[in-house]
Formats: sequence, structure tokens, C-alpha cells
Amino acid sequence: MNITLNGEKREVPDSLTVIGLLLHLNIQHQRVAVELNESIVKKDSYASTAIKDGDALEVVSFMGGGSDCGFRIAECGIKHAAV
Amino acid sequence: MIDDKLVIAGIEFNSRLWVGTGKYKDFAETKKAIEVSGTDVVTVSVRRVNIIDKNKENLLDYIDPKKYKILPNTAGCYTAKDAIRTAMLAAEAGITKLVKLEVIGDEKTLFPDNEATLEAAKVLVKEGLIVLPYVSDDPIMARKLVDIGCPAVMPLAAPIGSGLGIRNPYNLRIIMETVKVPIIVDAGVGTASDVAFAMELGCDAVLLNTAIAGAKDPIAMAEAMKYGVLGGRLAFKAGRIPRKLYATASSPIEGLIGS
Repeated sequence: MNITLNGEKREVPDSLTVIGLLLHLNIQHQRVAVELNESIVKKDSYASTAIKDGDALEVVSFMGGGSDCGFRIAECGIKHAAV
Repeated sequence: MIDDKLVIAGIEFNSRLWVGTGKYKDFAETKKAIEVSGTDVVTVSVRRVNIIDKNKENLLDYIDPKKYKILPNTAGCYTAKDAIRTAMLAAEAGITKLVKLEVIGDEKTLFPDNEATLEAAKVLVKEGLIVLPYVSDDPIMARKLVDIGCPAVMPLAAPIGSGLGIRNPYNLRIIMETVKVPIIVDAGVGTASDVAFAMELGCDAVLLNTAIAGAKDPIAMAEAMKYGVLGGRLAFKAGRIPRKLYATASSPIEGLIGS
């Protein structure tokens, strides 16, 4: 199925849950927070929350930053880590 | 300065110097600067995980959340909605309920959008977060934010990253008289004397990032900032002498030869 992950289209295996996706992507799930279609997914719901074709997910973590970094979220992401 | 702890929403802070984690050369330098600064509070941004390069090092591998209080911020947010989403995600990450709320109003000045900040703060306070808002040095805004449940306010000293220092000490003083919560000067300080000055005014803490990370020698500046805060706080507690226009001799007049 196709999903939008952190703003980018991406093909992932069918019938994944949130925890399944994080494992598939090899992301340490303890340190991230997940939003599915602009609603936060609680950690204890990762295993029971199914992802559907066309869903939009945001997976975020803590990065370096003080006050404003000068990038808007939409254009930030990976770029910010290199700042 | 034992028993001079800063307490916000029941959380005890050992250091009155709070530091950011951006703009350093690498995580090793970030870690070293933070250690040398003596801080126990570090602010971090909330950003998309790098999906392509998953093995990229994580900031929290260097900054131990057991050792430091992590203060997520909503830097980069230009709307109340984005700031609320970001703050809620930060809380869901499970490390802390603290958030440094920033809603930026303008890219050139990075001044806060006070109206949107208040709107976002109301929502986040209701959601149970401990909201520390970045705000203009405006006593009325500070009061509004405290009225809706912010346990501290973070007025700017000068534009973020500008290094201009405390531009309006009088407003900071009025803020301190207007609200009875801790005042943390956030943004705009350039060097150790700026930090000392903020503390001498009676501000409760200073948060900075660029002044350390952008210095020629960030590690040395981190140490300078540590002493700036300590010196300024001690001077404030000690109570400075009043300013007078003319001299007052410090040596006795009696016993002068030739008298």
C-alpha cells in the first residue's frame, strides 16, 4: 500500500500496524511520537492501530535546537538535523 | 547558593542557566558544552525522524534524559495549530510534560506571535502540559499567559540569535512586578555579562543557545555563562548599592597626614 510518511510518498507492505511500520522501518519506537492523519497515536495503541492505504503519518523525535531554527516544519525534517 | 533552587510547577531546577542544543559542530561538542555549562535543563526541538538514514546518531544518545531535564520546544512553528501538534507529539514521546511554547510571528525577526501563543497555551494547559511560553517583553501578555495557567514566562531579551543582550531591562522589571511566577529570559543574549545582568535584575533563569554554540570557543563560553549566571544571581541576592551621581570615599578621613 501507499502512505505518506513524514511528507513523502512511500510504498510499504499491506496490513501494517503502527508498531509494524516502525519495526519495518527499523525505528526505535521508544523515542518517537507518531501522528496518524493528524491525530496522535498513543504508545499503547501502536499494536492495535492499523494503517490503511493513503494514510498520512508523521514520526518525530527530539533533535538539536534552541530557540527557533529558522526552518518551518514543512521544510525542516532531515535538513534540520544537519544544522 | 544552597537552597536557592528554582521551582516551576513542582519541578526543582538546580541550574538557572538553561541551554539549547542547536547549531553545534556535532553532538560531541553539544555534550561537552552542556556539561561545562553546569546546566540541568536542555531544550530540544521536535523534528521528523530521518527515515532514510536510520542509523544517524540520536541527540538523546549524548544527552541523558536521566541526568538532564529535557525541555522540548515548538521552534519553527508559525501557527497555533502547528505549535499545539508539535507540543502534543513532544509530550507523547514520553519523557516530559514540559514544553517551551514558541509560535513565531515573523521570519526576519523571529518575534513571537503573542496572540497565537496565548491561543496555543490555553489548549496545551488544558491538555495537562507544563507550558513555558516564549513571549515578547510585554507585561500584559505575560499576565494573560499566567492567568490561563502558565507556571513561568520566557520573555525575550532581544531577537533570537541576535546577541544584542538585554534591550529593555525596564520591561523585564515591570514583568517581574506584574506576575508572581518565575521569569526566564529567553533569546538574544550575547555574552556572560548579558546573562549576569539579567540575573542581577532579578530574573529567575536565562535560556540561551547561539551565544554558546556560535562563540569562537563554545566550550569556554559555556563555562563563562555558568559563572555569569552564578555571579549575577549572587549579586542580586546580595543587594547592590544604590547608584549615586557623586563620589563617596571608602577610606576614613581621620588620620590623614598633614591634617
